[in-house]
Amino acid sequence: MSELLTPSQTVGPYFSMRLPWPEGPYVVPAGTPGAITILGRLYDGAGAAIPDGLIETWQADPNGRFAHPDDPRGPIVDGDLAFRGFGRCKTNHDGSFKIVTLKPGPLPFGDGRTEAPHIDVSVFARGMLDRSVTRIYFPDEEAANAADPVLEVVPADRRATLIAVPGGDGLLRFDVFMQGPSETVFFDL
Amino acid sequence: MTVSEQGLVVPDYGRLALPEYMKPQPGNHPPLDSPGYKSTALRHPKQPLVLLPHRLTEVTGPLLGDELITLQDADLTTQHGGEPQGQRIIVFGQVRDSDGRPVPDTLVEIWQTNAAGRYRHSREHHPAPLDPNFTGVGRAITDQGGRYRFITIQPGSYPWGNHYNAWRPAHIHYSLFGRAFTQRLVTQMYFPGDPLLEYDPIYNSVPDEKSKLRMVAEFSIEDTQPEWALAYRFDIVLRGRDQSVFEEPHA
Repeated sequence: MSELLTPSQTVGPYFSMRLPWPEGPYVVPAGTPGAITILGRLYDGAGAAIPDGLIETWQADPNGRFAHPDDPRGPIVDGDLAFRGFGRCKTNHDGSFKIVTLKPGPLPFGDGRTEAPHIDVSVFARGMLDRSVTRIYFPDEEAANAADPVLEVVPADRRATLIAVPGGDGLLRFDVFMQGPSETVFFDL
Repeated sequence: MTVSEQGLVVPDYGRLALPEYMKPQPGNHPPLDSPGYKSTALRHPKQPLVLLPHRLTEVTGPLLGDELITLQDADLTTQHGGEPQGQRIIVFGQVRDSDGRPVPDTLVEIWQTNAAGRYRHSREHHPAPLDPNFTGVGRAITDQGGRYRFITIQPGSYPWGNHYNAWRPAHIHYSLFGRAFTQRLVTQMYFPGDPLLEYDPIYNSVPDEKSKLRMVAEFSIEDTQPEWALAYRFDIVLRGRDQSVFEEPHA
């Protein structure tokens, strides 16, 4: 017997009273060797920046392990407690957000195939009654991306919306378009 | 065995026994395109969504805990020097998944207006008074039975400009993680008998009537504290695992 779920509602315009915290964008502390900074902007269907959005990220560590017991391979065992795998950043007046993290490792898909390194992303905002879910893939993983079992089912002409753009020197760009000609691919979870 | 471009070796684990989280029932969640709520127009995806299977990144999720919490976080009436204005209330409940299993050790975050219907936020311009003794934010972690409890003030209603004479019913915003990325939920708790519910496009964005009622707390005379505070029960149901798909690995 399965109970009805509690429905989703919008985060509204004032979530920033509670949800962001100063270290939120830092999946790893600033200055961590090998850290990358993902910068992006969130846009609405008119091309205007969304200044009251919230971006959350969840990912594996560089070895492809999670700080979580439901991974049948077991949780992260290297004691790297600084890696919590989770990032949260409110968008600014210009729609911009930032996540500082380590590039995740590839993951077993569970059927012999391998998932390319990726970060799961939830997008929340006033005017969004439920989150929208997308993924960030990495531009230096062409072969792995080409074999990724999730990207494979994304229409070929839209895949590029999921791949971050190199910005040089540890920087990546990942803009999110809710609508429009470059609408980001969103997932049904 | 696969070797990534960075030289990381990914061992083949063969078939990984991963849970599959159940899909919401039709009408359970609001459509992202909901014309009654005008701001959805430019903020919903228009292209078809792509099905995302539940694999390692989706069946795990942030387990945020004690490092973010202080004792005062669950009592919104003692965060300042004096007592806030308004009706003191206890809001409590259980977080469980749709199989009825409690969700322990999960972070519950809330935010709300003060008794006058005013948020403490720099972009809030509703001409209702701020209360120097009330911020309106709380955090709690569920116990082993999935239970949480806040002490707060009955929030007020406020106008929001979506349409002529638009007023939000009193509500408390909730944010929950559950234990997997699939279970993440942001919702709002409403109060029973609020006459504004009928007119609210956000509450009414949920197509299924029974699902809507999941967002309305229940007044509890049993948990109301004599001479002190009214109590409301608000249980939250997150997506459960699909038992027909997931088989426990044999020991």
